[in-house]
Amino acid sequence: MTALRPDLAIIAQHVAPGSRVLDVGCGDGALMEALRLDKQVDARGMELNRDKVANCMARGLPVIQGDANSDLADYPDAAFDYAILSQTLQTTMRPDLVVEQLLRIGRQAFVSFPNFAHWRVRLALFWGGRMPVTRSLPIAWYETENIHHVTVDDFRALVKERGITVEREWFLSKDREIGAAGANLRADHAMFLLRR
Amino acid sequence: MPLAPHPMSDDTLFGINRHIVLPGPLALDGGQSLAPVEIAYETHGTLNADASNAILICHALTMDQHVASPHPITGKPGWWADMVGPGKPIDTDRFCVICPNVIGSCLGSSGPETLAPDGQPWAMRFPVITIRDMVRAQAMLIDLLGIQRLYAVIGGSMGGMLTLSWAATYPERVAAAMVVASTARHSAQNIAFHETGRQAIMADPNWRGGDYYADGKTPDAGLAVARMAAHITYMSEQGLTEKFGRRLQNRDAKTFGFDADFQVESYLRHQGLSFTDRFDANSYLYITRAMDYWDLAEDHGGVLANAFKGTKTRFCLVSFDTDWLYPTAESKVIVHALNAAGAPVSFVELASPFGHDAFLMDTPDLDRVIDGFVKGGGL
Repeated sequence: MTALRPDLAIIAQHVAPGSRVLDVGCGDGALMEALRLDKQVDARGMELNRDKVANCMARGLPVIQGDANSDLADYPDAAFDYAILSQTLQTTMRPDLVVEQLLRIGRQAFVSFPNFAHWRVRLALFWGGRMPVTRSLPIAWYETENIHHVTVDDFRALVKERGITVEREWFLSKDREIGAAGANLRADHAMFLLRR
Repeated sequence: MPLAPHPMSDDTLFGINRHIVLPGPLALDGGQSLAPVEIAYETHGTLNADASNAILICHALTMDQHVASPHPITGKPGWWADMVGPGKPIDTDRFCVICPNVIGSCLGSSGPETLAPDGQPWAMRFPVITIRDMVRAQAMLIDLLGIQRLYAVIGGSMGGMLTLSWAATYPERVAAAMVVASTARHSAQNIAFHETGRQAIMADPNWRGGDYYADGKTPDAGLAVARMAAHITYMSEQGLTEKFGRRLQNRDAKTFGFDADFQVESYLRHQGLSFTDRFDANSYLYITRAMDYWDLAEDHGGVLANAFKGTKTRFCLVSFDTDWLYPTAESKVIVHALNAAGAPVSFVELASPFGHDAFLMDTPDLDRVIDGFVKGGGL
C-alpha cells in the first residue's frame, strides 16, 4: 500500500471491511484504492475537479464529477455505511448542511479539517496581523479554496447543537496523532467519526 | 475436397462483413413485428472459451458496423478505429468486439432499403421501430454468437441510448455499460431538429412517399439539408468559429449572390452532399424517429431510477463541456437516477472544443477514461 496522507490512513484503519463508502472530495482516489484493495470496501467517490475525476476513472475507480454543495442531495438515505469528507468541509458553501447530508447518506461520517485555532495560526494572526499561511493552511487568503475556516471547538459546538453524536475523534500535529487534551490549541488537523 | 463451413462455425459468425438472416419474428414496441431480421455486423478479436470477453459497441445515428474496418463506400477508416484495435483502449488482443448495424439503418441490417418478403424494398412499409427494438434485434445476434453476458456495452450519442436500453432491458446480460455524450430522453429541441431534417427529406420531390428505390432518383437534396442542419448540432459554436469564422471560400470578396461565399457554407454543403453517397433517406427518417421516441423513464412510470432498480451493472458516463446537443445536464440526470438506484456509476464532463462530435474525435482524456473503464471489469 502506498503511504496515505495521515488523516486518510486513520480513516482507512477504522473503516469496517466489506462496507460501503462514499468518499466526498476523493481527489486522486488514494483512499478509495486503499479501501478497495485492503478491505474489500465498495468505495465510490465524488470529486469536483475534472482532471482528478478523469485520473480516478483511468484507474478504474467509480468516481462522479460532482459538487458536495449540490450533488449530495441526489443520493438516497442510508445508501452507504460511511460518508467521508476529508479536508473539504472548510471549502463548502454551507458546512452545516453538508454534514447533515453526509449523515443522511451514510450511517456514519468521517469529517476531517485543518484546525484554524492551532497555535501557529493564532501566532501568525496575533503577532503578524496577517491571514496565516502555515503547513496545514499553505495557500494565501486570496487564492485559497477555504472559505469557512473552522476550529476544533467550533466543530464540536456545531455537532452538539445539531444533536449529532461524536463516535470518535482524532487529532494530528505534524502528521502525528496527539491526545484530545488542549486539541483546539495543539492540533493542526482534526478528524471526527459522527453518527446521528 | 474441403468441406463447406458449418453455418454456425466461428468462421462464418466472426470477422468483418458478417451478415445473418434470422427468421424472426421480432415483436416491436409499435405492435407490429419484423420478419425476417437481417443483421450486418463485424467482430474483432477472439471470443474466449467461456464467452466472457465480449464487448458490444453501439453506433450513432449515421454510423454503422464498420467500427474498426474501412467503410465500404467511402473507404475511410472505421469510425472508432482510434479506439478499437490491438493495444487500443478497447483492446482487440484481449476482447472480442462486436459492432452490429442497427435495424432501420442502411448498411445491411433490416431497414427500409432491404427487401420485404414480397421481394420489393420495404420503403415506408417498414415498421416504425424504437431504440429498444434495435436492442432486441442485437440481443438475437448476441444469442446466436453464444454470448450470455456481455463484458461491456459501449456507445456514444444514439449508441449511448442503445447502451442504456441494453442495461435496462437485459440487466443480467450487461456487466458494464459506458454511455458517452448521450441522454435518457430526447428533448423538445432534439425532436425539433430531427423534424426539420425529416421535413426537408419529405419535401424533396424525389422522395415520393419513400418509393424511390426502383429508378434510383433519390431525395438527395432533402437528405443533404437534413444532414446540414444536424451537422450544426454536432459542432460547438466555438468549434465553428475557430474552423471557419467569417472567412470566405476561395474568393476575396462577397459575390452578392447565393453561392457558397462563406467557408462554413461550403463545408456544410460538402457534408450534406457526401452524406447522400453513404446514407439512405428513409433510414434517416426511421432512425431519427426511433431517437425521438426515446424516453427511458417513460417505460418505468416516469421515474428513471426505476429503469435501473436492483441493477448490478457497472456504469460509466462521459459528457463534453461544449456538447449542446446532449449537454452535461442530461448525463447528470442519468447519474442521479443511477445513484438513486444504488448502481455503481462513474461520471466525468471532459473538456473538448469539438461539441457533440468530441466522442468521435481525438480526445486523449476519453481514451484514458475508456481504458480505465474497460480494465475496471477485471479481465
